[in-house]
Amino acid sequence: MKLYINYDGIVACRVILQETLERLNIKYQLLDLGEIEISDDVTEETFAELQATLDRYSIHIVNNQKSQLIQKIKDTIVEMVYEKDKMPNTTISHYLSEKLNFSYGHLANIFSENTFTSIENFIIIQKVERAKKLIIEEELTLTEISYKLNYSSVAYLSSQFKKVTGLTPSTFKRIVDKRRRLTNN
Amino acid sequence: MLTNDKPLRILLADDDEDDRTFFSEAIAELKMTNQLTLFNDGKDLMEYLNDPESDLPHILFLDLNMPYKNGLDCLKEIRANPRFKNVSVAIYSTSSSEKDIEDTFIEGANIYIKKPNNFSELKRVIKEVVHMNWQFHTSGLNKETFFFSI
Repeated sequence: MKLYINYDGIVACRVILQETLERLNIKYQLLDLGEIEISDDVTEETFAELQATLDRYSIHIVNNQKSQLIQKIKDTIVEMVYEKDKMPNTTISHYLSEKLNFSYGHLANIFSENTFTSIENFIIIQKVERAKKLIIEEELTLTEISYKLNYSSVAYLSSQFKKVTGLTPSTFKRIVDKRRRLTNN
Repeated sequence: MLTNDKPLRILLADDDEDDRTFFSEAIAELKMTNQLTLFNDGKDLMEYLNDPESDLPHILFLDLNMPYKNGLDCLKEIRANPRFKNVSVAIYSTSSSEKDIEDTFIEGANIYIKKPNNFSELKRVIKEVVHMNWQFHTSGLNKETFFFSI
């Protein structure tokens, strides 16, 4: 008997990942396009088993030092931008080199060679991302948001927002609202 | 994580042959490894996308005025299908009216490009769009609020 099958490789891959991680009792979150967030308390033994299982499906964990360092830079920036009450006032270069134990020049080079953006620009994008969330939540005014994200004024926040999105914060909000109404109908 | 050795998959649907040529030349100058597929109209594009064997693109550039099926209809179909939720849609249009821009974002576009009228500007715009889109694909940013008008 000959069967004809039709499959979606992306879905299949997600299911393999989910089943494997669940079987190994690893806490995880599947992010987009080949990124998984797993909890830090995974033992070396479990990690090796995860690697071995995934290898059978030709799924490989990207594991080189350069990409790990880039990930750490991104994580450190995100952590800083999402600081609960207010972003720290220290300069970014100082903050990053202190946290990661490399000179800022080294970090900046490695980052821009591999991510198609600079650390400075990545921080701007992340700050605007947080501003978007805060605008949608509607709990804070633009003045409060600009204070929280260390902008010297609302005008400066708006101009960076416009640089990254091409929209003003109020146009952005209007689009999100209308889009939600459209998808809810 | 997407790495440099995995090509960025780009699609363009545009009925104007000159526009397709200029676009291909601008893409060829990107430093990022990429794989570009061209379509002459919205109908061909949707047939390709709806084929389960097709590789989905990271980013789709969509001209608004096309025969058989226009860009806005393609956009609506794409956003009605959860299979395409990771595909960024960049509207490529000659209009720069605020209303057209807002309407396409409301319908689910991520990027709105006013077609530049010279080649060096086109190269700059494409590069900026592709790099911004790359951040959304590689840094876990929220695609539902990804809007970029240029």
